[in-house]
Amino acid sequence: MKNFLKISYLIVLLLTGTYPANSAEKVELLKTDWSFKSLFGKFDRGSLQRGYQVYTEICASCHSMKYVSYRNLAEPGGPEFTEEQVQAIAGNFEVTDGPNGDGEMFIRPAKLSDKFVMPFENVKAAQAANGGAYPPDMSVLAKARSGGVDYIYSVLLGYEDPPSGVILDDGVYYNKYMYGNNIKMAKPLSDDLIKYSDGTVASEEQMAKDVTTFLMWAAEPHLEARHKMGFKAILYLIILTILVYYSMKKIWSRIEPEV
Amino acid sequence: MSDQVYVPKSKFGKWFNDRLPLLTLASHLTDYPTPKNLNYWWTFGGILTFCLITQIVTGLTLAMHYIAHADLAFESVEHIMRDVNYGWLIRYIHANGASMFFLAVYIHIFRSLFYGSYKSPREIIWIIGIIIYLLMMASAFMGYVLPWGQMSFWGATVITNLFSAIPLVGEGIVNWLWGGYSVDNPTLTRFFTLHYLLPFLILGLVVLHIWALHIPGNNNPIGIDVKKPSKDTVPFHPYIVIKDVFALLMFIIVFAFFVFYSPNILGHADNYIEANPMVTPTHIVPEWYLLPFYAILRSVPDKLMGVVAMLSAILILAALPWLDTSKIRSAVFRPLYKQFYWILVVDVLILGYVGAMPAEGLYLLIARVATAYYFIHFLIILPILGFKEKTIPLPLSITDPVLGGFPNTKIVKKKESLD
Repeated sequence: MKNFLKISYLIVLLLTGTYPANSAEKVELLKTDWSFKSLFGKFDRGSLQRGYQVYTEICASCHSMKYVSYRNLAEPGGPEFTEEQVQAIAGNFEVTDGPNGDGEMFIRPAKLSDKFVMPFENVKAAQAANGGAYPPDMSVLAKARSGGVDYIYSVLLGYEDPPSGVILDDGVYYNKYMYGNNIKMAKPLSDDLIKYSDGTVASEEQMAKDVTTFLMWAAEPHLEARHKMGFKAILYLIILTILVYYSMKKIWSRIEPEV
Repeated sequence: MSDQVYVPKSKFGKWFNDRLPLLTLASHLTDYPTPKNLNYWWTFGGILTFCLITQIVTGLTLAMHYIAHADLAFESVEHIMRDVNYGWLIRYIHANGASMFFLAVYIHIFRSLFYGSYKSPREIIWIIGIIIYLLMMASAFMGYVLPWGQMSFWGATVITNLFSAIPLVGEGIVNWLWGGYSVDNPTLTRFFTLHYLLPFLILGLVVLHIWALHIPGNNNPIGIDVKKPSKDTVPFHPYIVIKDVFALLMFIIVFAFFVFYSPNILGHADNYIEANPMVTPTHIVPEWYLLPFYAILRSVPDKLMGVVAMLSAILILAALPWLDTSKIRSAVFRPLYKQFYWILVVDVLILGYVGAMPAEGLYLLIARVATAYYFIHFLIILPILGFKEKTIPLPLSITDPVLGGFPNTKIVKKKESLD
């Protein structure tokens, strides 16, 4: 047993010790309590629904979310809108389908099975409309930045006037947390920019938190299932390990009192 | 090897066994006399077998859904994560499984270094092990390319470019590896093919590794030869099996913790950005398990010499049975070697740490010192130590605390006949 403690200690040491950390200019990210972070963490359903509202009313005009389908919005572990609600949401978008029997492409309202309709046809079109910068696809954004949700939350709230001496080009903004401090996205959030349908006060922090929660779900739609299964799996493993431990003791006691 | 010849009890069993001695093999595997003093560091062989099988099973499942195409690979991985039933679980087991595999293999290797398991008569086991380790690194590297994220793409570019350091034919070799003039779709499809093939080669080598092990039998923490079977040994089943299962379960708990609660902590965030040949990430770093070698590569100012140093750092291990001149196996009886052993462990950890850091300033200096020490350990310290070190007397057997034993039974026999 003592050896095992040593091994576990070594494992922790190895994995934490060699984990690549960026040494360059560390800025302390803003912290907020995320409901999904702990071992039993779940998404805050209300926050996800509000987050979707922020995404669709603000972000979606530039940022695509091409790996998420409308049906996902109604699935367990997500915002859990009702199917009717999601059908109504999908109905607001148009997709090109086809070819039909006459060989023509046609436009129809989006269905549950469609992926989120992209704001631009392609990356080039997105760049052309955004001063050369491509607004990154948001499907896995929460996993694609070191710092994850804390980083995204911080960037959303990190806009400030540039320090004296820093001269910014046209269409470039200063952000305290953005890597390199220059960002081509104008400050996206401000108090009461939208009106939450559930009556929550749409403060800047509230919107940032809600939309970041939504992005985390979009990046990791099975997070709740994963946490739930993990608890069961590890509990099972611990019980099994204890049983095997006593079996081992018993078997080895035939020849030696101590293993 | 058990001395008695196995005879099946049933008539059919005997008929079958005469034609294909599978039952004899099974009997050998269960009765296999194993030193009874094996500690938990010896359980990692079984754990590694588990890791390999887990990687193969999850990998086969992933391959049913993955699309090896530069335009579709990233999307197909997202498809696995979102829409395939329990696809997220299978992929996270596979991705973290690679890290767990390397964690276990490093413990396995360092166990061998501590207890001198590479020494006569186990040199072939050791060399097969080094080949397995090399194939593991190749498989892991190519596997990391498959999701076609930013680190996949740029990691592949950096590593394949190493071959351009070869004089005259380097450029040609790199283009041949890529199947074009840059890392692109042909590179991805061949990496996928090889990533599929190599694990089965590893599996074959593992069989040889175990076969070679079963000829002399296990080394043990005391590092003396044991008489088999004797009161120093226990049959593999059930004694060692149950102990291996217990250790394996502990290992799986750690594994499960990563899979379920921090599945991405060992990966790099940039790999969730689709590969873009026009944008280079600020720091290109390999996976953690390759970092010590990456540090060695970067610590040499010349590209070709860097590659040579990195390869030698691995290949030098194959010469270890002859570089270590001491006849005593276990570090338990080698007070000086024990200290150098731990210095080497720290040295490799330092190399891993600086491998993750930018190669500049103090980090570069530390990397150079650590690299130099790594080679000094194997090329200078070990050969000299074997002659200079005053070792502690060995016991006669595992059960007898009587001193005066020798690492090799042949010497004991010779001595007995002299008496």
